[in-house]
Amino acid sequence: MIGERVEKGRIVMRVINCSEIIKNIKEMCIEANHFLSEDMKKAFELAVKEEESPLGKQILNQLEENLAIAGEEMIPICQDTGMAVIFVKIGQEVYIEGGNLTDSINEGVRQGYTEGFLRKSVVGDPILRENTKDNTPAVIHYEIVSGDSIEITVAPKGFGSENMSRVFMLKPADGIEGVKNAVLTAVKDAGPNACPPMVVGVGIGGTFEKCALLAKKALTREVGSHSNIAYVKELECELLEKINNLGIGPGGLGGRKTAFAVNVETYPTHIAGLPVAVNICCHVNRHITRVL
Amino acid sequence: MEKYITTPLTKEKTKDLKSGDYVYITGTIYTARDAAHKKMDESLQKNENLPIEIEGNIIYYMGPSPAREGRAIGSAGPTTASRMDKYAPKLLDLGLMGMIGKGKRTEEVREAIIRNQAVYFAAVGGAGALLSKCIKKSEVVAYDELGTEAIRRLEVENFPVIVVIDKDGNNLYETSILKYCK
Repeated sequence: MIGERVEKGRIVMRVINCSEIIKNIKEMCIEANHFLSEDMKKAFELAVKEEESPLGKQILNQLEENLAIAGEEMIPICQDTGMAVIFVKIGQEVYIEGGNLTDSINEGVRQGYTEGFLRKSVVGDPILRENTKDNTPAVIHYEIVSGDSIEITVAPKGFGSENMSRVFMLKPADGIEGVKNAVLTAVKDAGPNACPPMVVGVGIGGTFEKCALLAKKALTREVGSHSNIAYVKELECELLEKINNLGIGPGGLGGRKTAFAVNVETYPTHIAGLPVAVNICCHVNRHITRVL
Repeated sequence: MEKYITTPLTKEKTKDLKSGDYVYITGTIYTARDAAHKKMDESLQKNENLPIEIEGNIIYYMGPSPAREGRAIGSAGPTTASRMDKYAPKLLDLGLMGMIGKGKRTEEVREAIIRNQAVYFAAVGGAGALLSKCIKKSEVVAYDELGTEAIRRLEVENFPVIVVIDKDGNNLYETSILKYCK
């Protein structure tokens, strides 16, 4: 149910009912775990062509076959169907009715993971570790923007690669070379654990938590796209080449294709700091966006 | 080289498996990941029996997604093996002959592999839909309360893996990278 809120004959708010949120989140959780976006499919095709290692090529072929089976037979691409990371951009002219937004998002995740035969991988407490049995809660990042719509991105994140991600609090004097070293260190340490070919999300600047969020967001950017900032674009290209020269390759078993892309996002920072976050994603780089 | 093996594993069989071999496994294997390993370790510390026969067997580090109706299992690819490194040497010393996972192992695990003439295989990470086709039967045999982390007995047919660490301790993750690193 989507409508309008009218005051004195003038439309002041667009009304979106929570039932719409629940329904869309549920569908997106299921879709994201069975189908990769077009940019990822293209990245796979290119990688198969360019891989020099015979075993690497064989693994890439298997991964393409895996994607085909996943979509045709509705078997999740990977058994780790992730923790549901959800970015929500709420237009300030939107009025949400019929319930609490966060509860509705979690209800959508609950329904998606239960009805979609997705794995429940969330424990309710990090130390006590009892499974919540419905994959909730999601990790939700809200942003208030102008406009009268809600943009939702669902990005289920597997932990093989999440565990290999890092935050480095560099010094301003470390400069861009320090950033390059940090990214290469994280990727080298990740090696086969992160299920390469990876997508590498890098956040530079902001604060401790801001750079991590930037790195996560960078993973949702289209593979093959580049930053609008000239030096950042150059950095993305240089890092991709350096990473692919590490020799890690598909499955970590040697080869040219260690990463599909390096996506870098930046933000202003403090005179005393240069925070850098490296969020690594495996080749199952899942993200899907809808606008309500 | 491509090789076909059946379970259970013996030292006779692991003798022929070399780092880099592409191997198809047929027979019974068991799943266990973080929580199941912790429970098994607690049992061992209390001198209790393990819920599965370890000797000669293979443990697959895997927690599947739920099976749709009429299917043996859901998506079923390997999880990162290093999280089980704390427990693996003890299980290897008890007769475990094979592990299937993905990613690096510690030196302690490598030494335990050599000591027991065992083997560490990698399955292709993130190929859970494809790998599920080689699993013909799946049954929870212990720790049902752990959900996806329960111990399952799987019947597999030509399940594709690659020998990463062989009985002599050769490690494919280390050797294969050298060829392609610039």
